[in-house]
Amino acid sequence: MTKYDLSRRDFVRAGLAAGAGLTVAIYLPGCSRMAEQVAAPTPFKPNAWLRVGTDGSVIVVVDKSEMGQGVLTSLPQMLVEELDADWSKVRVEQAPAGDEYANPAFGIQGTGGSTSVRAMMQPLREAGAKARHMLIAAAAQDWGVDAAALSTENGYVLETGTRRRISYGDLAEKAAAMPVPETVTLKNPKDFKLIGKSIPRLDLDDKVTGRAGFGIDAQVPGMLVAVVARCPTFGGKVTGYDEQAALAVPGVRHVVPIASGVAVVADGYWLAKKGRDALNATFDRGAMAGTSSSSISARFRALGARRGVEARNEGDAARALRGAASRLEAEYEVPYLAHATMEPMNCSAWAQADKCTVWVPTQFQSGGGYGVRGIAAQITGLPESAVEVHTTFLGGGFGRRFELDFVAEAVQVSKAIGAPAKVIWSREDDTQHDFYRPASYNKLAAGFDSSGEPTVWTHRIVGPSIMSRFAAMFGPLPNGLDASSVEGAADIPYAIPNIHCDWVRADVGVPVGFWRSVGHSQNHFISECFADEVAHAAGKDPYEFRRALLTNAPRHRGVLELAATKAGWGTPLSTGRARGIAVAHSFGSYVAQVAEVSVQDGKPRVHRVVCAVDCGVYVNPDIIAAQMESAIVFGLTAALYGEITIENGAAKQSNFHDYQMLRINEMPVVETHIVESTEGPGGIGEPGTPPIAPAVANALYVLTGKRIRKLPIVL
Amino acid sequence: MIAFRINGRRVQADSPPDTPLLWVIRDELTLTGTKFGCGIGMCGACTVHLDGAAVRSCQTSLSAVEGKRVTTIEGLARNGDHPVQRAWIEEQVPQCGYCHSGQIMAAAALLAEKPQPTDDDIDAAMQINICRCGTYQRIRRAVHRAAGGAS
Repeated sequence: MTKYDLSRRDFVRAGLAAGAGLTVAIYLPGCSRMAEQVAAPTPFKPNAWLRVGTDGSVIVVVDKSEMGQGVLTSLPQMLVEELDADWSKVRVEQAPAGDEYANPAFGIQGTGGSTSVRAMMQPLREAGAKARHMLIAAAAQDWGVDAAALSTENGYVLETGTRRRISYGDLAEKAAAMPVPETVTLKNPKDFKLIGKSIPRLDLDDKVTGRAGFGIDAQVPGMLVAVVARCPTFGGKVTGYDEQAALAVPGVRHVVPIASGVAVVADGYWLAKKGRDALNATFDRGAMAGTSSSSISARFRALGARRGVEARNEGDAARALRGAASRLEAEYEVPYLAHATMEPMNCSAWAQADKCTVWVPTQFQSGGGYGVRGIAAQITGLPESAVEVHTTFLGGGFGRRFELDFVAEAVQVSKAIGAPAKVIWSREDDTQHDFYRPASYNKLAAGFDSSGEPTVWTHRIVGPSIMSRFAAMFGPLPNGLDASSVEGAADIPYAIPNIHCDWVRADVGVPVGFWRSVGHSQNHFISECFADEVAHAAGKDPYEFRRALLTNAPRHRGVLELAATKAGWGTPLSTGRARGIAVAHSFGSYVAQVAEVSVQDGKPRVHRVVCAVDCGVYVNPDIIAAQMESAIVFGLTAALYGEITIENGAAKQSNFHDYQMLRINEMPVVETHIVESTEGPGGIGEPGTPPIAPAVANALYVLTGKRIRKLPIVL
Repeated sequence: MIAFRINGRRVQADSPPDTPLLWVIRDELTLTGTKFGCGIGMCGACTVHLDGAAVRSCQTSLSAVEGKRVTTIEGLARNGDHPVQRAWIEEQVPQCGYCHSGQIMAAAALLAEKPQPTDDDIDAAMQINICRCGTYQRIRRAVHRAAGGAS
């Protein structure tokens, strides 16, 4: 049967091959808000983010990847607020790779660090306001009136005191000829009509009908599907394979060695996988063949005796510990974690002589000679300008899709076979060849004066570096310190006079990368559990204890108080339940959570989570609530189940039977409360993750009297 | 060639008979709404209806569907307006959206069997479907909404 190219963006949205040879395209009527639905010309293109059509369509180009966090809605909300356009006429389009789309937060075109709204609020509001100014100028010229006599509303320019009005669509051509103003006045927040409102998401019509095009759905005429055999041991190599056996599988077209292993290329995924099964590959397992989780843990513990790179030093911690009336010490350990995006890694590429086209669910389109564009240019030898990047929907990102390994594979395979190729990873490939959330070992100590007040806090972290792998893009580690390894630990907000935090770098060869909320995810577990230990050692209520020490951290204190109040902290609970609390600041936002927990059949059961978030000025409260729910599930999954163990230098877990996810029957009731604030915008995709594991562990201590100092939680 | 009906149309598939239905649907029939998640029947992303019942298409061979009726997300409702799809919009359920073809098919099969499901019914029917974005609270509300009951 024939495969075909249906949509403008080169992936099939909905096609049905009916009967032999007959293909019928079906566009489900629905109401897709993707820009490809706009047929009218769009002459007004005042900047890289906006086009206005003669029919009044407003196409907002979104340069951040949509991986669930709602950027296809929240970013247009900010631009259209200032443009004063008709929201029902807004259509969205994913940006190509381009220098104009470099993320202001880190200078490359990428989506991460919970930066989308906070980095783009100012540029997108200005883009909308400047376009509005140009539309008004066009109307003023057309009518021969002073622009000061004109206003805008819902996609029209209006003349004050008359009933004259003209639509943005009718002005689109004339506005294109107007000069772009250098400066522009933004709206007073009290006049916001879209920012701060729970506008329904623009991508959901496509996501409930199966039309949304994810990377794995890319269809290009003549495209073959590749599955790659890789050495299971990190750093190992494929040394031998039975090419003929793989080629003997009907539908297998090519067997090609690539940098990461051997690609079996076939007419479809199932045939390619069968071909890979037939390869009977042999491996040189390399230097890590003897590495295991226990050997890593032993090495981390041994390194814990050394001094590390200083991340924070206030007062004289060593002296304060020596002089303390009483002391508390603890060791904490966290495991490696896989990302487990629902959509396994995949990428489609077509490397031709003079251009390379890539269709990919990516968080990193271009910049610094890397990104999809850079890596494709490196592999093909083409200039970056000859690489075209089509960002599809991402079936989850969580930091995994910032990596380029799967992109390199697709480009290498396409180049080798001279045809478009889609590389698809199996779930096993995805789980066993990840860039994992780092494991770490931690030694903490606190000291108290004779009245029980904490006078000193020390924390030594032993673990690998993520950022050192990105030195070519982001520069070398300042003073040898990887800030991502100590975030959530070095920056504890408590007013304790002597604080010391250091980090011992311990790279052991297990690939590590960005995992939703990065260092905050594990370090806040450790620091907020230890804070709880310190509170109990001081004989104080853990909420009141934190509150008293947050004198210099009003936003931490604000969310802590809000969460405690809404959760009814201190009020009686039904028998067998207890509350735990934690607070965290990450990615520009402050989040506190109170978890209500019981133990059922020897396992923790989380019933309710009350979440308070202060993200400064907020854009879309329902999306914020959704992100809090999501981040809580993500962190709770890790706390209850998450562990990648290393055996013979390879990841032991392979699929959802042994790398378990939280399911609907385990879902707590989550209540989100957003602080009203005029502070600048903070991030939202990640900040909800750090507090949940400590909140749950702290509740379990109340129930069981046992401290949880190792994840995942075992009672 | 194995003949069956998909979304009301008769088709003949020429994939090998042991090919999982998932890959026949996606690669041969180019209906990409049904998703690949795990390949071992543990995540529910590939859920379709086989003669009206929810099945994991990654665990259903092509030979097993001969002469049967398969419904995918594309064929659930002509205008994408099945009560479950409408409820999913009203409750703003999806985030990344990847698992929701499977979630919606599982919910639609549940409601066809139990028009007024309890929370326990929802847990029992839907716990095979993983959502890595953690939309479970909204899924629960949306199933109740689609059932016409209080959320």
